[in-house]
Amino acid sequence: MTITAATPSRSLPHPVILWIAQLRAWVFLILLVAFFEVWARAAEGASFVFNIYNIQSILVFATAPLLLALGQTFVIISAGIDLSLGFVMGLSSVIAAHAANYFAAQWGLPPFAAMLLAILSGTLIAVIPGLVNGLLIAHLQIPPFIGTLGMYGMARGAAYLFAGGMTVGINNDWYSAIGNGRVLGVPVLVIITAVACLIMHYMLSQTHFGQHTYAFGASKVAARRAGINVKRLTVKIYLLSAVGAGLAGAMYTGRFTAGAAQAGEPLLLDSIAAVVIGGASLFGGSGTIWGTIAGALVIAVIQYGLVFINVEPFWQFVAVGAVIIVSVLVDQTQRNLTGGRQVE
Amino acid sequence: MSDSQPILSVRKVSKAFGAVQALNQVSFDVNPGQVVALAGDNGAGKSTIIKAISGVFRHDAGEILLAGEPINFATPHEARENGIETIYQDLALAENLSIGENIFLGREPKRRLFGFLPILDRKKMAEAAQGAMASLDFHVTRLEAPVAAFSGGQRQAIAIGRAIYWNARLVIMDEPTAALGVPEQRRVLALVKNLRGQGKGIIFISHNLRDIFEVADDIVVFRRGENAGVRRPLETTQDEIVKLMVGG
Repeated sequence: MTITAATPSRSLPHPVILWIAQLRAWVFLILLVAFFEVWARAAEGASFVFNIYNIQSILVFATAPLLLALGQTFVIISAGIDLSLGFVMGLSSVIAAHAANYFAAQWGLPPFAAMLLAILSGTLIAVIPGLVNGLLIAHLQIPPFIGTLGMYGMARGAAYLFAGGMTVGINNDWYSAIGNGRVLGVPVLVIITAVACLIMHYMLSQTHFGQHTYAFGASKVAARRAGINVKRLTVKIYLLSAVGAGLAGAMYTGRFTAGAAQAGEPLLLDSIAAVVIGGASLFGGSGTIWGTIAGALVIAVIQYGLVFINVEPFWQFVAVGAVIIVSVLVDQTQRNLTGGRQVE
Repeated sequence: MSDSQPILSVRKVSKAFGAVQALNQVSFDVNPGQVVALAGDNGAGKSTIIKAISGVFRHDAGEILLAGEPINFATPHEARENGIETIYQDLALAENLSIGENIFLGREPKRRLFGFLPILDRKKMAEAAQGAMASLDFHVTRLEAPVAAFSGGQRQAIAIGRAIYWNARLVIMDEPTAALGVPEQRRVLALVKNLRGQGKGIIFISHNLRDIFEVADDIVVFRRGENAGVRRPLETTQDEIVKLMVGG
């Protein structure tokens, strides 16, 4: 007897349909922009999207949640969650501000060098909470939700302690230019975030690290039996996630010329929302950087767009919440259709 | 049966967990192109011996020879590197990944984009998957499809395909037909015969005597950690095997 099973048992939709399903966050983004465009033209007689100022504002608006969401994408694909990111960002923001002042005042460094060292310090301080998260989860088997919730508290306390309960102002034109300047009309923050997106996309889709993150998220047993060092993988994932938040904090300090402990407080949920809207499953195993980028843009467009059409700002919370729920429903439907997969 | 050296030779292997003697001086051989079925009640020692062979734990006494060389692997990974592939009942496939990605999980090939940027070689993985699966008469049309889209028997074939691709000399299959419907069970038995035809040594564990009688060349019966006898399907009956299993 031979086996002649030629095709998957469940009939898969056509590849083009699958492809569109995976890009659904982008489709949604386009519909959303179209909606605001029509509304703006009808109500205000102005264009929403063909307005360079609006585009720049939305993109800058999206950078902070996106920088958090990039690392969060890896964490969620691995079937984990990182709740500490908001205050890791705050801690990094405060440390970056202190560092900018310290290197200028104590070492007498010129503003440019002080700025570079400040960004480096702010980003690298995040290694500590990231490493602790990873070690707790990988080696002491603490559930990610609890481990990173503990780190949420510790990073929060540390950030406020370092800041002395206040914001830490900086006086560095170079640093301010990183947060507010433009190159050929493109905000520097957007350029830096775009580079971070490219690097993260590469890591997720083209390296062993990314591939093993997908496998680990879908089946821990499969990953372990395949000889993957799942403990080291877990530590790496939480490290990456924290360092992304560190960069977000260092960028915040430039944008607002001050370090603030609460810099990332409202952004944690946005980062998770961006990943989920982007098509990742909280059960792990699926998600893409492209999806997360679209998710972050969807949130930014909703928040900015509602203000633009003069809707009371509090509606944005309602709108973003509704989008998250709809995304999860769509995701479940798609999962039933395809057997569940999203790979770049 | 081949007259060459056995792929695997288990000689008087013992293993105790505390006061429990899980294996007591167990011996059997697996030759190239031979299916050896392990039969026995729950707790008779079938799982213990395959775990000792596949590196899950070390045995206490006796010898396990792989192609004449004594082995006592510390990890399953080590066993795998030496050509022993164990296919557990749960298969351990990452359902979100394709067949090729599963075959290469943990040792994915790379190529260089533009000559410098290392990226995963998905084409090579897909081609290898196609080749390995074709050797099982399993012709995959949708190589990018996630394993989740395939049926239980097809997944069994994928796990076997992985063993074939990595040139396993010895394939250990733990209850490969247990979770399947009847038509799928038939297909898996055909896969086992196919593997035998490729000259692999196969250890086949099953509760189902009918399956055992269909594919096995030798039936090694376990009872309370001991080897209660070795029979050939053509020279015995299911009744005799059951008697050996339960004793008396």
